Amino acid sequence: MKRSLVVLFALLSVFALGAQSFVMVNGAEPVSLDPHAVEGVPEHRIYMALFEGLTISDPRTNRALPGLAESWSFSKDYKTITFKIRKGVTWSDGVEITADTVVKSWIRKMDPKNAFQYADLPAGYIAGGMDYLSGKAGPEALQIKAVDKYTFQVNLVGPVPFFPDMVVHYAFAVVPMHAIEKYGDAWVKKENWVSNGPFVLSDYVPQEKVVVTKNPKYWDAKNVGLKSVTFLANEDANVGYNLYKSGAADWIETVPLELISEVKLRSDFHVAPEYGSYYYIINVTRKGLDDPRVRKALAMSFDKKALVEQVVQGGQVPADSFVPPSTGYTPAKGYAFDPAAARKLLAEAGYPDGKGFPTFSILYNTSAAHKKIAEFIQAQWKTNLGISVNLVNQEWGTYLDTRSQSHDFDIARAGWIADYLDPSTFSDMWITGGTQNDGLYSNPRYDALIQRAREISGAERMQALMDAEKILIDEDMAVLPIYFYVTQNVIDLNKWEGWYPNPMNQHPWKFVRPKK
Amino acid sequence: MARYFIRRVLSLIPTLFVIVTLSFFLIRLAPGGPFAREKAVPEIILQNLLKRYHMDEPLWNQYVRYLGDVVRWDFGPSFRYRDLTVNEMIDSGLPISMLLGVTSLVMAVVSGVAVGIVSALKQNKWPDYVAVSLAVIGISVPLFVLGPILQLFVGLRWKILPMGQWISTHGWKAIILPALTLSFPYFAYIARLSRASILEVLRSDYIRTARAKGLKESVVVWKHVLKGALLPVVTYLGPAFSGIVVGSVVVETVFLIPGIGRPFVQSAINRDYTLIMGEVVVYSVILVVANLLVDIIYGFLDPRISYK
Repeated sequence: MKRSLVVLFALLSVFALGAQSFVMVNGAEPVSLDPHAVEGVPEHRIYMALFEGLTISDPRTNRALPGLAESWSFSKDYKTITFKIRKGVTWSDGVEITADTVVKSWIRKMDPKNAFQYADLPAGYIAGGMDYLSGKAGPEALQIKAVDKYTFQVNLVGPVPFFPDMVVHYAFAVVPMHAIEKYGDAWVKKENWVSNGPFVLSDYVPQEKVVVTKNPKYWDAKNVGLKSVTFLANEDANVGYNLYKSGAADWIETVPLELISEVKLRSDFHVAPEYGSYYYIINVTRKGLDDPRVRKALAMSFDKKALVEQVVQGGQVPADSFVPPSTGYTPAKGYAFDPAAARKLLAEAGYPDGKGFPTFSILYNTSAAHKKIAEFIQAQWKTNLGISVNLVNQEWGTYLDTRSQSHDFDIARAGWIADYLDPSTFSDMWITGGTQNDGLYSNPRYDALIQRAREISGAERMQALMDAEKILIDEDMAVLPIYFYVTQNVIDLNKWEGWYPNPMNQHPWKFVRPKK
Repeated sequence: MARYFIRRVLSLIPTLFVIVTLSFFLIRLAPGGPFAREKAVPEIILQNLLKRYHMDEPLWNQYVRYLGDVVRWDFGPSFRYRDLTVNEMIDSGLPISMLLGVTSLVMAVVSGVAVGIVSALKQNKWPDYVAVSLAVIGISVPLFVLGPILQLFVGLRWKILPMGQWISTHGWKAIILPALTLSFPYFAYIARLSRASILEVLRSDYIRTARAKGLKESVVVWKHVLKGALLPVVTYLGPAFSGIVVGSVVVETVFLIPGIGRPFVQSAINRDYTLIMGEVVVYSVILVVANLLVDIIYGFLDPRISYK
């Protein structure tokens, strides 16, 4: 009797440990549960629980790991990639997933009628993609095909060695076409839900939470360590932090700025470099700012180290380059803090001691953090260069309009977090006429290098991207790098394992489990 | 009475028409649009999006189409939340905001009037001073301070009540802290309002008459003083009701409540035109109906008013 009780107790405790529920404060309300219709980081976290694409993110490095595809291989020129789909994998309703499902899913993503955001990501890299997305051609133009039931092949626009890493993104999601055909837009409703990830949808209360529970039909279900994950919709960092402290949440990925000095002392606070850049866009068409010497003087005359340590305070990394460092990529050298040299450059440009320099303004979207940074830089420029700068803040929608539509600004605050782990996500922004090129920068040599990088691969390609950044930063100083973002997570790693700080802040749920 | 009622309900139509028209054009005057993002949407996709939501048509056509939809109480799809129509969002959020609002308002009225009576009858004695100080605190402490303080002590330190989320997660006890927070400023205002008007009524001739007739003090207070003194409170209930439902934004954020206040504010930031419009219409209806109810209650309280 006693022994059976002990066994029962042991069994119960194993069961309790192996069946944990996890709650996270997920930021904004998800715009959709349909992985093709989403955009943004909170949605990506939900996507990683509910769906599994061809590849998934390595929890340590964020490089591609086999997901729905058990393996892949490139052609010699890196222009064709072939994925081997895992055999016998099914949706949560038991319907098998084949190469044909992948083809249909990707066609759906790029269908112009669906007007999905981020459709340009696959369309920009898959041969024929832009023709289909723009309505110039039908889906037959897309060079993707099911070679056989379990082989899926993609022809790319050029060599894209990072394609498997990119496919981690939800823009490449594989979706249950049979359910979508049956229910239409209502397929995302709880009662119609079908997915192929480690979890399935069990509850969705708009503006409150998304709850997912373990998917018994997931091919690797035996290795999924959580029973359920709850994603709370909350954007207020203080509310999130309080929930965490009360034990109502197990992970928060934003900490309140005002409490950063308190949070920093916690042993469950994890700061890690993030693949993203905080910078100022310079409108290079403005008088005064059109001179690279002026732009270099601006870059050299504020102390980024002091800014990061005294103003931002969250462990961010001062940046002299625009592209953050990554494997195989050494960023441009840029210009270190040197007020004397800066004054000299400004004098050479015709503004000794800042005399006669036109007054310009820094535009930022209304936020206490951006304001503090702008004030710091404003004061440093005044002291070190003798120039006056105004600060202009605008509400988000207005700010975006000024920055990207009317371009009616001198200098504007901006941030960029990579969509996939490759420097091109940063360098592609500054080509002449690019959608993200809000500073209206244009240099044919830069454009040529970026174009060349699209046609080659390996170390040679990286070199072309590095040479391009040398032009962008070292020669032209077209953007003002300020700091590289860091991820600021609070999660108790004595309680949970399989979660690692990583550069994309992507933490696939199948690996997260209670620590034994 | 019935004719008055019908006339008031019908007057809703031109009011709403003006509100819908003004807000339709005003929100489109704001810079930016529903599809502006920091990662700019490429032109190809933008064109597809505009087509999908009929935004490529002339503004006048869009307006006529929208008016037609509103008449059928169809607010269209949200531009931001693709899985939901504006109607679905309102249907799921409005009952929650209403429940929170009504609970808070009932709490505010009951406690506010009670405190008002006590402090008026004990004018310039200690209960009066306590009540007046409480009212000053209530009016001056903002919700985004009061909410987190209650959370910190009741939720985090003492662990008596949940810190956030709604009935679907924690059951009925989830409503207590948010309702308490939301009701506090209204309680304070109602307490001051009823105290002042009771004091005024106490000095009026008909109360002197009632007392001269030898009526018991309790009868004088309950039957004669209160009926007259509550008029200003009732007047205040109309705007208070719509204010408490609209003004729950802060409380909804602090306590993670899935009402319609939070999405309303977000919709303005996101330029989610259809959601803004839908919420504006719903709030207008609430405001107009609340005012109508107040006018009807008035008739019962004040013999000088009749509805013809």
